[in-house]
Amino acid sequence: MTEPVIEMEGISKSFPGVRALSDVSFDVRPGEVQALVGENGAGKSTLIKILSGVYHADAGTVRMHGKAVHFTHPVDSLKSGIAVIYQEFSLLPERTVAQNLFLGREPRGRFGLIDTARMRRETRDVLALFAAAGRIDPDQTVGSLDVATQQVVEIAKAVSTGARVIVMDEPTAALNEAECEELFETVDTLRERGVAIIYISHRMREITRLADRVTVLKDGEIAARFDDLPPPDAIVRAMVGRDIADFYAPPATEAEIGAPVLTVRGAGNDRLDGIDLDVRAGEIVGLAGIQGAGRVALAMALFGHAPFTHGEVTLDGAPVAFKTPREAIRGGIGLLPGDRKSEGLVLMQSVRDNGMLTSRAFAPLWGRAKRNRHTDETAMDGLLDAMEIRAASYDQEIRGLSGGNQQKAIVARWLSMRPRLLIFIEPTRGIDVNAKAGIYHLMRDLARDGAGILMISSDLPEVIGAADRILVMQNGKIAAEFPHGATEPQIMHAATGETEVAA
Amino acid sequence: MVIAVATNQTQYLSLENLIAILGRSIALGITAIGQTFVILVASIDLSVASLISATSVLASVIMDGAPAMIVPAVLACLLLGAFVGVLNGLIVSALKVNPLIATLGMSLIIQGCLSAFVSNFAGSVPEAFQIFAYGQIGGVPVALVFLVLLALLAWGILRFTKFGSDIYAAGGNDEAARFAGIKTGRIVVLTHVICSVCAAIAGLYLASRLRSGAPWIGADGVYDLESIAVVVIGGTVLAGGRGGIWGTMAGMLIFSLIDSAFNIAGVDSFAKQVLRGIIIVAAVAFYAIRSKRIVA
Repeated sequence: MTEPVIEMEGISKSFPGVRALSDVSFDVRPGEVQALVGENGAGKSTLIKILSGVYHADAGTVRMHGKAVHFTHPVDSLKSGIAVIYQEFSLLPERTVAQNLFLGREPRGRFGLIDTARMRRETRDVLALFAAAGRIDPDQTVGSLDVATQQVVEIAKAVSTGARVIVMDEPTAALNEAECEELFETVDTLRERGVAIIYISHRMREITRLADRVTVLKDGEIAARFDDLPPPDAIVRAMVGRDIADFYAPPATEAEIGAPVLTVRGAGNDRLDGIDLDVRAGEIVGLAGIQGAGRVALAMALFGHAPFTHGEVTLDGAPVAFKTPREAIRGGIGLLPGDRKSEGLVLMQSVRDNGMLTSRAFAPLWGRAKRNRHTDETAMDGLLDAMEIRAASYDQEIRGLSGGNQQKAIVARWLSMRPRLLIFIEPTRGIDVNAKAGIYHLMRDLARDGAGILMISSDLPEVIGAADRILVMQNGKIAAEFPHGATEPQIMHAATGETEVAA
Repeated sequence: MVIAVATNQTQYLSLENLIAILGRSIALGITAIGQTFVILVASIDLSVASLISATSVLASVIMDGAPAMIVPAVLACLLLGAFVGVLNGLIVSALKVNPLIATLGMSLIIQGCLSAFVSNFAGSVPEAFQIFAYGQIGGVPVALVFLVLLALLAWGILRFTKFGSDIYAAGGNDEAARFAGIKTGRIVVLTHVICSVCAAIAGLYLASRLRSGAPWIGADGVYDLESIAVVVIGGTVLAGGRGGIWGTMAGMLIFSLIDSAFNIAGVDSFAKQVLRGIIIVAAVAFYAIRSKRIVA
């Protein structure tokens, strides 16, 4: 067995009022993928930040190749060969791939000027390691690449710095199924080259696909350490401290499903074609498909953001044609956007203000801001209480809350509007396991109260576990429909169009 | 030109007229080159107009007609520029004051100090120094040659040096640049020094052209807002990280062409202002729409 590249021993770290890590030991060897799992707040990011020199441990040692190291700045760790790939890429969209790869360490030629030819050549050499190399031109600006390809550039950047340890922090958060598979192959390539990989993820499927060893953190302590790949249940149990059985809410019973809330017949626009869709009261309909299949376009059409140009839509039996989100909201549709931070929240406003955002938008312009039918703060506090939002106070800025609690505040925002149809886009993206379960149960409760729910998700197990019925989209059309209990391969086949050949 | 020919008003196509227009463009061009640097790092400089006034007065007072004092005067102006640039840069990067406010404050401070000493033309510029504004090399004004060389130098720095690459990085994503080991604070200070030194050079040029310095020439020329306008028309993004010198030069050309066209046509200057306003807004709207198309 090879010697570890990185050994962290007895690491402890406290922040004012919080003990983030206590006596955590962790190591990773060359050519292995060490999965680091745990809920948000379990201490994963703190551990990584200590490794990369952003934070300093209160106690404990970090050894690299057996020698104790003290990183005081991220640049120190980078120079020693540790690269961290964060969820939000540190790439410059306006600069070329080559310029990004060599950012801050451009090769110099004559007169100390940048040697662009060498930069381009070395960029090509590094990119050649990856399957995506054919899609990337070193002179292309990074902003013109899709998210998955940008991630390849980010990883290539790490490789080109000669990184011996690469940390990936939830690398698949923004990727679709096919792109995930490509990422996995990239990870395999790195592993074969002897790079040590620390892979942080919530998704069991990725861990079982990639990990050689698994370390589970819970509340700043090591909850479990597996030297072989354990069954997923064991990991989840260690992570949440309870069984997974009640993770998803039970599906709707026949009695719970009522009349159609939403019907769409033969609708389409420039992105969508021939959409026929029913969502019944009490029902959660899952929308699966690959990125660009039209799922978000469908949501935006229903929500009036990019409306249907033809076809018929009825809401509670009455024909409707929403041309703006405002009309759609007034008609009884709510939408929880996929990118919470940029589309859903006003980060610098309080939890309560975020909850009131929509209802205030529908209050009379000259009404009293604090109290009227639409803007009753007491009622909002009640809703926030019912969501069990964990916040020091509802006056706290919402950006300080965890992803799950932020999502609940957005749900509360819509509940105050009493919507007939709620559209969730990627409802649990970047949310930890326990909070995920909370969101699933919340969705089920909303459905039981008679709302129809349309859930768009790129996380297949989630669609399968949480939805009563699954629609699969492909190329702007609804390609297939499955009842509760469909399997991942069935859905993937439909999403990639292979069923048409089979049928 | 077209207007002049079309309306048969060729008498306005005098050399003096053209020189006047060019003179205004050169000071604007020099200032805008500096402004491009600070805007590329997502900062901005509103103090250039006051600094132009201050350096023009400083140059003309130190020279006071004596050719021997040219070199000390030029050095003093460049030093003043560098000093103001360092201050601006430190206030923005170390004290984290919004650059709009930091340089607005600096502008008021400079203008206030200046007004305490002089209220009109002060000192005089020896003939030897007037070559900067009036001299010619093979029929081409010295100042124009200087502007072109300065633009080439700026382009070279941005395109071929690590410093240039660091400017785009710091402006594009400060955090990412810092994580790549770039000392972004230093980059911000340096770009401010470049900007202020450029403004100081513009002040020297105007002193040479007016044969004396005056405390109002910077404000009179609206060099602060116009240099920003020219940079933005040239496609450099106020948020930083994207743009370049040639866009700025094109923006400057557009402005001076409008000037000359209107001067020749003899239309009142209100219409000129309106047209400039339209061009600024239209240019930015065009860039915004185009960049959205690329994303979609």
